[in-house]
Amino acid sequence: MATVSTSGQSHDMGLHTEKLTNRTQQRFFDAGESANFTYAWAPEVDTNKVGTLDCEGMDPTAINIRIRELMDEGCGTINLSNPGSMHALCVGILNRLQLNVTGSLGYFGCGLIDGPNVNISGRVGWSCGENMMAGTIVIEKNAGSTFGAAIRGGDLVCRGDVGSRTGIDQKGGTIIVGGKTGAFTGFMMQRGRMIILGDAGMNLGDSMYDGTIYVGGKIEGLGVDAIPADLNDLDRKWLKSKLDLYGMETPNGIDNMQKIVAGKQLWNYDNLEPSEKKLVL
Amino acid sequence: MSQDVDHYLTTDGLDSDREKMIGQTIGYRYDVNLVPDMSHCTEYLTEYMAKMNWKDLNWLEDVHMGYEEDRAAVFDRNINGWVTIPDNIELPDNQQDRDMIARELLLKFQMSANHPMVELRAAYAKF
Repeated sequence: MATVSTSGQSHDMGLHTEKLTNRTQQRFFDAGESANFTYAWAPEVDTNKVGTLDCEGMDPTAINIRIRELMDEGCGTINLSNPGSMHALCVGILNRLQLNVTGSLGYFGCGLIDGPNVNISGRVGWSCGENMMAGTIVIEKNAGSTFGAAIRGGDLVCRGDVGSRTGIDQKGGTIIVGGKTGAFTGFMMQRGRMIILGDAGMNLGDSMYDGTIYVGGKIEGLGVDAIPADLNDLDRKWLKSKLDLYGMETPNGIDNMQKIVAGKQLWNYDNLEPSEKKLVL
Repeated sequence: MSQDVDHYLTTDGLDSDREKMIGQTIGYRYDVNLVPDMSHCTEYLTEYMAKMNWKDLNWLEDVHMGYEEDRAAVFDRNINGWVTIPDNIELPDNQQDRDMIARELLLKFQMSANHPMVELRAAYAKF
């Protein structure tokens, strides 16, 4: 295994000093340094070069390895068939790629991805797009619970309905649900945006720290510290642009969408007086 | 968040009584909910979107110029730390343009062969 030296190379890596103070890592930006659009280690791929992968008889590990091999061979488009609702497929892809999945995925499909555009013709199980960093995932049918758990970036789109706890612990990115979403959607959400075109279940945005939830249908009930806010022009413009990207429309028009944000009463909760904690909850 | 764009550069940012009492700010020091206005998008970011086959900023929508230790900075999630904006870069007078600068600089930094993730990946990546 290679080693990371703690001295000598630190300045080459952009560090002013090896002694870091608190959370700050002071680094040099060089605006003219790089014109790369992908990670330095990512293989160069050509979207016109198409690879095919039939998952029949393969296990998830072999499928994920084969996807990487195809990218190493320069395939920028991969057509994957017969996934058989296996769990943990198409995970950890850290490169630009057009991935077309014909069929359905099981639990934790497309987790930890950073860059690819994925289209799934069927359904997905629990936690699709979990910890997703960048890229797009479009699911043509329904999705299970904890859809987009801890997502950090990118667009995660389900054209159908999704289960409960959608976007739990969301830390960024955009989750779009074409239909209904279950209870505790946006639970402990920290930032990012969520667009629900249908109805939302009970306790929407419960304990959310920050972020924004837009709802086109009815809201069964708001969670602790989730409050309504006013749509502004930038919201409307962004919502229209985002929905147009995926050919989706809200049933009652963008102007009638409800916007939910954090009330911020739970911020610094540990330091609240007991009486204040009671008031918040 | 409707306050002076230089609020965290020109003040200590301790605005509420509770913040003054504990001596630190509570919550984010920039508006995490500010969605991008694409009319401010730079040429470099437009090229990046085309390369990735995205029609908008995708994950960069969540990147904003923030402030750390009284200096403009951008948070790099890949190193879990703030990266300081050099003093020689003039900061525009509005947050949208500042955010676009932050996105461009962060992107160049992350995709650079000098990014710490390159060495960390060589040392620890399992696949």
